[in-house]
Amino acid sequence: MSEKFRLDKGGLINRNKKISFKFNGKKYFGYEGDTLASALIANGVHLVGRSFKYHRPRGFFGAGVDEPYAIVQMNRNNEVDPNVRATEQELFEGLDAKSVNCWPNVDFDIGAINNFLGKFFPAGFYYKTFMWPKSFWYKVYEPIIRKAAGFGAASIKHDKEKYEHKYEYCDLLIIGSGPSGLASAYAAAQNGAKVILAEDKSRFGGSLLTSEVTIGNQSGHEWAEKIISELKSMPNVVVKNRSQVFGYYDHNMLVMSERISDHLPKTDKYNPKQRLWYIRAKEVVISSGSIERPLVFGNNDTPGVMLSSAAKEYLKIYGVLVGKKPLVFTNNDSGYETAIEFKKNGIDPIVLDTRKDPNSEIIKEAKDLNINIKNSYVVVAAKGYKKVNSADIAKISDDKKNINNIENIKCDCICVSGFWTPTIHLASQSGNKTKFNEEIDAFIPSQSKQKETTLGSANGVFTLEETLKTSFETGNKLSKQITNKENKVSVPTVVEKKYSNHDKFWCVPLPEGKNYKRFLDFQNDVAVSDIQLALREGYRSIEHVKRYTTLGMATDQGRTSNLNGLQLVSDIENKVVPQVGHTTFRPPYSPVSIGAIVGREIGKHSKPTRKSPMHYWHEKNNAVFVDAGVWLRPRYYKRGNENLFEASKREARNVRQNVGVCDVTTLGKIDIKGPDAAELLNRVYTNAWLKLPVGKARYGVMLREDGIVMDDGTTTRISENHYHMTTTTAQAANVLSHLEYYLQLVWPELNVNVVSSTEQWAGAAIAGPKSRDVLQKLFPDLDVSNKGLPFMGYMEGNLFGINAKIYRISFSGELAYEVNVESDNGNYMWEKIMEIGKEFNIQPYGTEALSTLRIEMGHVAGSELDGRTIPYDNSLEGLVSKKKDFIGKRSLSKTAYIAPDRQKVVGVVPLDKKTSIPEGSYIVKDAKAKLPNPKLGHVSASCWSVEYDNPFSLAIIKDGKNMIGQKLFAMSPLKNKTIPVEIVSSHYVDPKGERVRS
Amino acid sequence: MLHIKCPHCGLRSQNEFSYGGDASVKRPELNKEVSDKDWDNFVYLRKSPIGKHLELWQHISGCRQWIKVERDTLTHEIFKTLKANEEV
Repeated sequence: MSEKFRLDKGGLINRNKKISFKFNGKKYFGYEGDTLASALIANGVHLVGRSFKYHRPRGFFGAGVDEPYAIVQMNRNNEVDPNVRATEQELFEGLDAKSVNCWPNVDFDIGAINNFLGKFFPAGFYYKTFMWPKSFWYKVYEPIIRKAAGFGAASIKHDKEKYEHKYEYCDLLIIGSGPSGLASAYAAAQNGAKVILAEDKSRFGGSLLTSEVTIGNQSGHEWAEKIISELKSMPNVVVKNRSQVFGYYDHNMLVMSERISDHLPKTDKYNPKQRLWYIRAKEVVISSGSIERPLVFGNNDTPGVMLSSAAKEYLKIYGVLVGKKPLVFTNNDSGYETAIEFKKNGIDPIVLDTRKDPNSEIIKEAKDLNINIKNSYVVVAAKGYKKVNSADIAKISDDKKNINNIENIKCDCICVSGFWTPTIHLASQSGNKTKFNEEIDAFIPSQSKQKETTLGSANGVFTLEETLKTSFETGNKLSKQITNKENKVSVPTVVEKKYSNHDKFWCVPLPEGKNYKRFLDFQNDVAVSDIQLALREGYRSIEHVKRYTTLGMATDQGRTSNLNGLQLVSDIENKVVPQVGHTTFRPPYSPVSIGAIVGREIGKHSKPTRKSPMHYWHEKNNAVFVDAGVWLRPRYYKRGNENLFEASKREARNVRQNVGVCDVTTLGKIDIKGPDAAELLNRVYTNAWLKLPVGKARYGVMLREDGIVMDDGTTTRISENHYHMTTTTAQAANVLSHLEYYLQLVWPELNVNVVSSTEQWAGAAIAGPKSRDVLQKLFPDLDVSNKGLPFMGYMEGNLFGINAKIYRISFSGELAYEVNVESDNGNYMWEKIMEIGKEFNIQPYGTEALSTLRIEMGHVAGSELDGRTIPYDNSLEGLVSKKKDFIGKRSLSKTAYIAPDRQKVVGVVPLDKKTSIPEGSYIVKDAKAKLPNPKLGHVSASCWSVEYDNPFSLAIIKDGKNMIGQKLFAMSPLKNKTIPVEIVSSHYVDPKGERVRS
Repeated sequence: MLHIKCPHCGLRSQNEFSYGGDASVKRPELNKEVSDKDWDNFVYLRKSPIGKHLELWQHISGCRQWIKVERDTLTHEIFKTLKANEEV
C-alpha cells in the first residue's frame, strides 16, 4: 500500500530506511523516525479505536503525550503490551498493534449501539442504575461492567522482560528539552553543576523542532542540536531522551521512567526494557511546555478533528499531511502557523477565526500567501462518521451567543486551536499553589513549596525571547548557589513572530433543534451535557463534578479536557475560573508500566533469600525447602517415594527413638555485653535474671508494653558481663530494635551493648535419647554427662580443631544439645555430626518434624505467640515474676487479661484418633448450633503425634483451664469438616519434662 | 520519599529508616505505681497533630541509632533532627 499522505520531502524521518508494520492485521510501511501514529496517518488510516463509553469511532487528536484516543495494544517479541499511545510509540520493523475497546473489529463495533442509546448513559449512569437489587452486583452487573471497561487487556503470562531501578542525585533536574530546558541546562552546566536533562520524546528540542524562529544565526532546530551535543559532551551532564518524569514527591524526590527498549523490535541482551529513576535533586526546573487546548463544538471527536499543533508536528517532523482539504478552526494566532505550513506544501487550507478583526505579523503572512481566512466564523459541527467529510460552519455574533448562516463545506480534517494550557502537573504535585492567569485563561505555578522553578510556556511565557532570557538567568542563578562558580553565557538574539491576543471564546453554542455531542473529555466520553446535568443535580465542588462525570479521570489526566471543563462549570455557576479551582493533579503524569514500578524485585527477588552454611549439604541430601521469613529451611529430607507426611513422621520418630540433627542456624542471635547486661535482661524478660550463673542458660519470654507476648528464647551467660540471646527466626530483627529502643531512649543509663550475631554462628540441634553419645564422640575430652553438662548448661569445646559452643537446650522435648560454630565452619561441623552419628542411626530432620516434636510436647511457638496472646494464654504464667517489674507487666492486670475464663492453650485429639484437624479450625460446643455458631477458640497447630500414632493439635480456647476432658467439635468451614474432638492437656508427651533432664 | 538528616550519618533517604512514633511519650518509671488511666495513655493514646510533631525514627539500615525528628505532618517539612539524648 502506498503512503498517500506522505510528502515527497521534508520532516526529520530517515527516508532511506523503510519499515513495515501491521495494524489490525493489515500490513503497512513507514520510515525510521516515524511514530505508529504518523505512519498510520501517512497511510490514510484515521480510525484507530472506539471511545470508552459510546464506542464512537476515534482517530488521532494529538501527536504525543497529549493524545487521548489512540491507545493501542501491542504485540512485541511475543509479549503483550497494553495501553500504548500510538502517538508516542516509535515505529520498528515488524511492529504489530491493534485497536482496543471494539468488538468484533474497529470498523464494525457492536458496542457502538451505546452511541444510539446515549440518552440512557448520562453522567452518573452507573451510580443510578446498578444500585439495586443488591444481589445483582456480583453476579450480573460487575461482570458486564468489567467486560466493558478499560483500554486493552494485560497478559496473564509472566513478563519475560527485565526492568530496573536506579537511584540518582543531582544538583539540577531539568524536565523537558524545549528552549527553556536547553537554556537553563546549558547555563547550569557552565557553572559546573551536576545536571540531568530529561526529555520524554525521542527527539530533543521541544517546540524548537516545529517553530519558525532564529536563535543567533541558526534556526531554532539547529540551535537545539548544537546545545544538546555540547551538553552530551560535558561530564557533569546526563542527557536522557524517551524519559518521562511522571511524579514529584516529597523532599525533591522525582521519579522518571526511561523507555530503553520500547522503540526496538526486541530488547537487547543486557538491557532492561525500561528503567525507573529515583532522582533526588537539589533544584528542579520544570520546562514541560504547554499543550494546545481544544475548541468545543458538535461531534468534535470525529476522526480527523485534531489539535492544530499536532497537524503541524505531523507535517514538520514526519512529512505527513493529516488531510488534503484542511479546515483550521482557531481563536488565536497559532492556527495560522499550521495553515501556513499546509500552504507551503501545496495544500489550500481554510482558516475559521472566531475573532472579528485580528491583526498580527503572522496573519499578514497568511494573507500574503492568499490563505482563505473567515473571521467571526466557527465550526458548528463536524460531519462524517468514521472520518470527517465536511463541516457545518457559521458566522458568530460579536457577543458569541448566536450563530447564523450555517453552511456545509467539504473538508477532510479540522485542525483546532483554543490557545495553550501550561503543563503544570509536576509543579502542582510538588505542592505549588497554582494561580489563574487571566491573560492566558489558564493556571500557572506561583508559590513553590519545594525547590522547584517553572520556566517557559509551562509558566505561561509564550515568547521565545523572554523564555530564553529567563531560562539562562535561572539556570545560572540556581547552579551558582550550589557550585559557587559562575561562568556566565550571553543570551543569543532571537527572531520570532509577534502574536496578537487570543479570543477567550472556547465553546460553540448548539444550533436550534440540534443536540450534537460536544465533548470535553475525549478519553472518558464526557460531553458538555454531562457536566450540565451534574450541576443540575446539585454537584458544586469541582472535585465532586469530576468524580460524578469522570471528567479528567482517564489516563490522559485531563491534559486536553481540564480547562474547558472548568470554563463550563464557571459559566454555568456564574463564577470565575479561579473560584471554581482545579482538581488535584496526582502522579503519574502519564501511565507507567507495572513492570517498571516493580523493577527487579520479582519472583524470588521480591525479598532476599538467605541460606545457611549447610544449605548445599541439605540440597545434596534431597531436602525439600520451605520459606521461613527470608530464610530457606529444609522442611523434610525425601527418601525414595516418601511424601511430606511420611518423611516428617520418620524423621520425628527417629528423634524420639534414636537421634536426629536439625539446622537451627536461622534462629536469631543477639550478643549482649556490658556490666548492666543482667539488669537489661531482667527488665526485658518476664522472669528473674539477676542470679543466672555463668555457664548457664535460661528460657525467657518478653512482652510488648501492652502485655502481649513478643518473643521467646533462651539466653546464656557466657561470662560475667557477656550474654548470648536467641530469638525466634521471624522476630530476630524486631527484638534487636526493641532492645535498642530501651537502651538508647528509655534507660540510657544502662551500660550495655547489643549487636546481632545471627550470621556469625551456624547451629545444629542434636536431639534424641542417643544425642549424648553423639556429643561425647564429637567432644571426647569433655565431660558431657548429666552432671558435667546438666540441662540448661553451657560449655565450650574443640570440635576436631574448631571452636564450638555447646548449649544443652531442647525444643523437641528430648535430651538435646545445640552446637554452634563460626559460620564458615558450619558445613564441617554438620558433616562431622553426620559421620559420627552414623553408628547411632542419626538422621537429619526438617521443620515439619521439628513442629511435630514441639506440638506434641506442648511447646508454644509462632502460631501461638501470634501477637494476640499473653503469657497465661500460652501456659507461660509460671515464668511471670511477681517480685520485679518488667516491660509490659503493668498491662497484665487488665480486666480482660485476668478474667476467670481467659483463653488458654490446650491439646485437641479427634475422637476417632484418625482424622487430622485442619489448622485454623474453630472449636465449638455444638456442631449443629444456629449460625453464627459461637466459637470457643481456634486450632493453632496440628501434627501427627509420633508418640501415640494419632493426630494431635494445639488450640487456644476460652476457659481452656476448665475444658480438659470436654468433648467438643473442631469445625473447618474452609475444608468443610466437622470433627468430634476431646480436649486434653497441651503437654501430650512427657508432661513432667523428664526426658530433657535425663 | 523523605530525606532525613541522621545526626550521626548525614542526609539519607527515608527507606533507611523505620518510624517509631511520638517522641514526647515518656515511659512510666519501673517499680512505681501507675494508675490505669496513666498506663492506658502511655500504651495506647497518641495525639495526631496537624503540623509540628516530634517523632522517633531508627536509622535501621545505617547506624541503628534511634533519633528524634521534628517534622510537619502536613507538609513533611523537617525542621530539626536530634540525637536520642538531645532535647528540642
